[in-house]
Amino acid sequence: MQLNDKRSIWDKLHLDLPLLIALLAMMGASLAIVYSASGQNSAMMVRHATRMAGAIIGMFILAQFSPATLKRLVIPMYCAGLLMLVGVLLFGVSSKGAQRWLDLGVTRFQPSELMKIAVPMMVAWYIGRNHLPPRALHLVVGFTIVMLPTLLIKEQPDLGTSILIASSGVFVLFLSGLSWRLIGFLTGLVALAAWPFWHYGMHAYQKQRVLTLFNPESDPLGSGYHIIQSKIAIGSGGIEGKGWLQGTQSQLEFLPERHTDFIFSVLSEEFGLFGVCLLLCMYLFIIGRGLYIAVNAQDAFGKLLAGALTLTFFVYVFVNIGMVSGLLPVVGVPLPLISYGGTSMVTLMAGFGIIMSIATDKRMLLK
Amino acid sequence: MLKRRPTIRDHSAEANLFARRAFVGFVFVTILVAVLLSNLYTIQVDDHQDYQTRSNDNRIKVIPIAPNRGLIYDRNGVLLAENKPVYNLEVIPEDVDDLDTSLSEMSKLIDISEQQRNDFIKDIKHNRRFKSQVLKARLNEQEVAKFSVNQHKFPGFSIEARLARYYPYADTLTHALGYVAKLNRKELTKLESQDQATNYRATHDIGKLGIEKYYEQLLHGQVGSQRVEVNNRGRVIRTLSMTPPEPGHDLVLTLDIGLQQIAQHALKDMRGAIVVMDAKDGGVLALYSNPSYDPNLFVHGISSKNYKALLNPDRPLINRTTQGRYAPASTVKPHMAILALEEGLVTEHTKMWDPGFFQIPNVEHKWRDWKRWGHGHVDVYKAIEESCDTYFYDVSYRLGITKISDFMAQFGFGDLTGIDIHEETTAILPSKEWKEGRFRESWWRGDTISVGIGQGYWTATPMQIANATNILVNKGLNHPPHLVQVAKKENEVTQINNDEKPPVVLKNPDHWRISLDAMHNTVKKVTGTAHRAFKGANYDPAGKTGTAQVVSIAQGERYDAKSLKERQRDNAIYIGFAPFDDPQIVVSVVVENTGGGSSVGAPIARQLMDYYFSANPVTLAGSAKQ
Repeated sequence: MQLNDKRSIWDKLHLDLPLLIALLAMMGASLAIVYSASGQNSAMMVRHATRMAGAIIGMFILAQFSPATLKRLVIPMYCAGLLMLVGVLLFGVSSKGAQRWLDLGVTRFQPSELMKIAVPMMVAWYIGRNHLPPRALHLVVGFTIVMLPTLLIKEQPDLGTSILIASSGVFVLFLSGLSWRLIGFLTGLVALAAWPFWHYGMHAYQKQRVLTLFNPESDPLGSGYHIIQSKIAIGSGGIEGKGWLQGTQSQLEFLPERHTDFIFSVLSEEFGLFGVCLLLCMYLFIIGRGLYIAVNAQDAFGKLLAGALTLTFFVYVFVNIGMVSGLLPVVGVPLPLISYGGTSMVTLMAGFGIIMSIATDKRMLLK
Repeated sequence: MLKRRPTIRDHSAEANLFARRAFVGFVFVTILVAVLLSNLYTIQVDDHQDYQTRSNDNRIKVIPIAPNRGLIYDRNGVLLAENKPVYNLEVIPEDVDDLDTSLSEMSKLIDISEQQRNDFIKDIKHNRRFKSQVLKARLNEQEVAKFSVNQHKFPGFSIEARLARYYPYADTLTHALGYVAKLNRKELTKLESQDQATNYRATHDIGKLGIEKYYEQLLHGQVGSQRVEVNNRGRVIRTLSMTPPEPGHDLVLTLDIGLQQIAQHALKDMRGAIVVMDAKDGGVLALYSNPSYDPNLFVHGISSKNYKALLNPDRPLINRTTQGRYAPASTVKPHMAILALEEGLVTEHTKMWDPGFFQIPNVEHKWRDWKRWGHGHVDVYKAIEESCDTYFYDVSYRLGITKISDFMAQFGFGDLTGIDIHEETTAILPSKEWKEGRFRESWWRGDTISVGIGQGYWTATPMQIANATNILVNKGLNHPPHLVQVAKKENEVTQINNDEKPPVVLKNPDHWRISLDAMHNTVKKVTGTAHRAFKGANYDPAGKTGTAQVVSIAQGERYDAKSLKERQRDNAIYIGFAPFDDPQIVVSVVVENTGGGSSVGAPIARQLMDYYFSANPVTLAGSAKQ
C-alpha cells in the first residue's frame, strides 16, 4: 500500500477512510439514540445534526493543516489557552455552580475545550524535540506543562475535564518511553497523595459522588438516584434490549441526563448487551486505527500526538461507561461521539482532524 | 531552556520504543474494555431479573377501583339502601390558563365559599399540577346542570361522580340498617389485621352500625384494579390492563317497610320499641326504636351541631329494641305458668285464693296485686287472662330462683338473641350466681317473689321478649330472630339465617296449650286485659299485657301516675300473636313511661296486626289466602 505511487482521492483530501467510516457510523448511531433519548424531539435532532455537520467540517479543515504547521501553532495556542483559563477564574460566567465559560459577547467559549487539544500538542512537541526516551529534566518540564492547566481547570471546578487533560499529557509521557520504574514510583506517589487530596482537594459534592458510587442505595432519592436509575436501565435491557424507542426508563423519564452523560444507559436499555458489545467494538476499532496511525506517523511529534489523542479518546469511553454502570464516580464526562452536546463533539472531531492530518502527512512525503 | 544535543537521533529505535508503548497502551485499553464488559454482563445478564423487576416497579402502578356496595331491599323488593352519585366539582390546575379569572367566573355560576376557595388553593399548592383537586364537593342537581351548560368556557374544570350511600327512608330504618361513614384509622388497622386492607384501598366508606356493619364483608365486594404506566412524575401515560371490581352482595331483608312505617307512626313521639317477628321462621318484620334519627347525616360526616342535638335525654342513638333493658313484667306470666305446671306445683284446675296480696309465711311484708281487693278464686287461665300477680308470687316462691332462671334461659332471656346486628345487650336474667357476682350478696328468698311477675332484678330487651314469645307460640320450636333473608349476587342467591336453635321440650306438651289458650282468652274474653284493644279485629289474635313499674312503690302507698315524674311512670308492654290457630306473626311492644300495657301497648300491637293482615289476609280458620 505504502509503496503505491498513486495517491488516492482520500489522501488528497487528507482523510483516513477507515477512521472516517467508523466516525460517521458512530454519528449515525448517535442520531438514532439521541432521537430516542430526547423523547423524539425533532428540534433537538436538528440542532444535534447541525453540530455534527459543523464538527465534521472542523475535522476536515484541521486535517488540511500539516503537522509542520501545527507545530508552529503549538506555543501560541497553549499560552492563549492558559491565559484564558486564568481569565475564566477571574471573570468567567458561572452556570450550575461551576465557572467554566468566557463570555465573548457573541458567544460563550469554554477554554478548557481548547486545552484538550493544546496540552497534548504542547507536550508532544516539547518531548518530541528531544531524544526518546526523555531525560529527567524534560519530564519535569513536561509534567509542568500538563499540571498548570489541569489545576486551573480543577479550580473551576471541572473534575471530568481536568482528568481528561491530565491523562492526555500523561499519555504523551508514557508513549515517549517513560521508564517503567518511574511509572511505578509515580503511581505509588499518586496513591499516597490520594489521602490528602480526598480531604483537602475535593469539593463536598465530588466526595458525595464517590461515596455514592460505593453505596448508591444509601441515598436513593438524592445523589444515588442517578446511579440507581442508570443501573436499572442497563440491567433491565438484558441481552437483547427492549427495542429502539421502547426503553421505559428513558421514555418515561426515570433516567436523568439521558441524552447527555447517561446516554449509554439508554443504549443499553434499548439495545441490550448486543448493542453494548457492538458499541465497544466500534470504539476498539477507532482506538486501534488511531494507534496504527500513530505508530506509522512520520516523526515523534506526530506519533506522540496521535497516540495521546487516541488514548484520551479511550479515557472518555472508559470514564463515561464506568460511571453510568457504577464502577466510577459520576464526573460529568460525555460518551464520545454519541452524547448530545456540541462542545465535546467539536473538540473530539478536531482531535480526529489532527490524527488524519498526521495519517496523511507521511504519504505526501512518499511521493 | 535545553539546548538540542548534537547526538544523532536513532529514529528506528525510537520508532520501536513507541510501537512497543503503543502496543502496551492497546493491551491496557483491551483489558479495561474487558473490565467494563464483565461489569455490564453482571448487570445485564446475571442481575437482569432484579433490574427488570425494579424497572417495572418504577413504571407500573396499580390503581385500585372501588367495588359498588351491595344494595339492601325489604322483603317485598323495596329499595332501602342505595348508592347515589355525588358530584364534585374538580379542577386540573395544569389545564387552566388563568386560574384566578376562572375561579371568579365560576363563583358567579356556582356558589363557592371563601373557605372552599382557600382550601382548594392550598390543595393545588401541595399537589402535582396535573392532579385533579376538589373545588366544591356534593353539588346539587341545579349546580350540576348549570355547570354542564357552561362547561366549554372552563377548560380544566370537570364534574366527577362518586357513589355514596343513601337511605331513602331516613330515620324509619336507622336502628335496623345502621349506616356507612368514612373509613377511619382504627378500622383500617383492623382490616389490616384481617388481611383486608388491600380490598379496601379504593373504598371510601365502611359500615358503622346495624346491618351495614354486621354484613360489611358481604356488602363490600372485591376491589378491582387498573394497571397503568406512569412516568417519573407519576403522570399516567396509558392503561396496561384492568380487572373490574366485583360488586358486593345485595341483601334482601325480612323487614316489611310498610309495617316499619306503621310502627314509627304508632309510637309518634313516645319513647319505645317495637319488634314484629315472622312466627314461621323468626324473620324480623319490623324493628323500630323511637326516637330515631336520619342516618344520611352520618354518611358525609355529621356536623358537631347535628351530633350534639342527638345527645339529648331521649337518647335517640340507643337502639331500644336490642339495647333497651326493661322489666318484662307480666308478659312472662305464660312462661311462668308452664314452668309451674311442669313442676307439678299446680294443675290446669288448681284454684287458689287471692286476697289482693301475697306474704311469705311469718314475714310482715305484703307483695301487692295490681287489683287492691284481689281476684278471688284464681286458676291458671284466670291468672294469665286477668294478669293476677298474687298467683305468680305464690308459684315463684314455691319454685325458687334456680328453677326459674334455668327455665327462662331456655327462652333466651339473659343471653344475646343472636340477631344480625352488633348492637345488642344480654340484659339480666337473675340467678343466685348472678347476684353474688354482681352485688357480693346472697340471694334472698324475697327476691324471687317479684321475679315471678317479671320484675325485680329481671330485665329483658324487646327483642328478647319477642323471641321468648315466638318460642312459646311455636310450642318450643326456636327460630332465632334475624333481619337478613338472602344475599344475592348476579344470579346466585344464598339463603342465610335459616338455622334453628334446639327446641324447648316439655315433659307434658299439653302445657303449651294451657298457656296459649289463656293468652287467647286475654283478647277474647271481656274480662281479658287486651279485650278492648282488639275488639272487631278480622283475624284471631292472642296476647298478654304487661305494666312494668319503673320505681318501687313504698309499702301501703298506691301508684298514682299524676304524682310521679314522667320518667318514673310505668312502662307499657304488650306481647301478641295471630292468628291463634296458626300463628304467623309475633309482636312485642314496649312504650316507656306511658302507663298500662292494655291501654297503650295493646292498641299499638293492634295497628301493626291490622296492617299486616290487611296486606296478608287470612280466613278466620287461620290459613293464609295468598
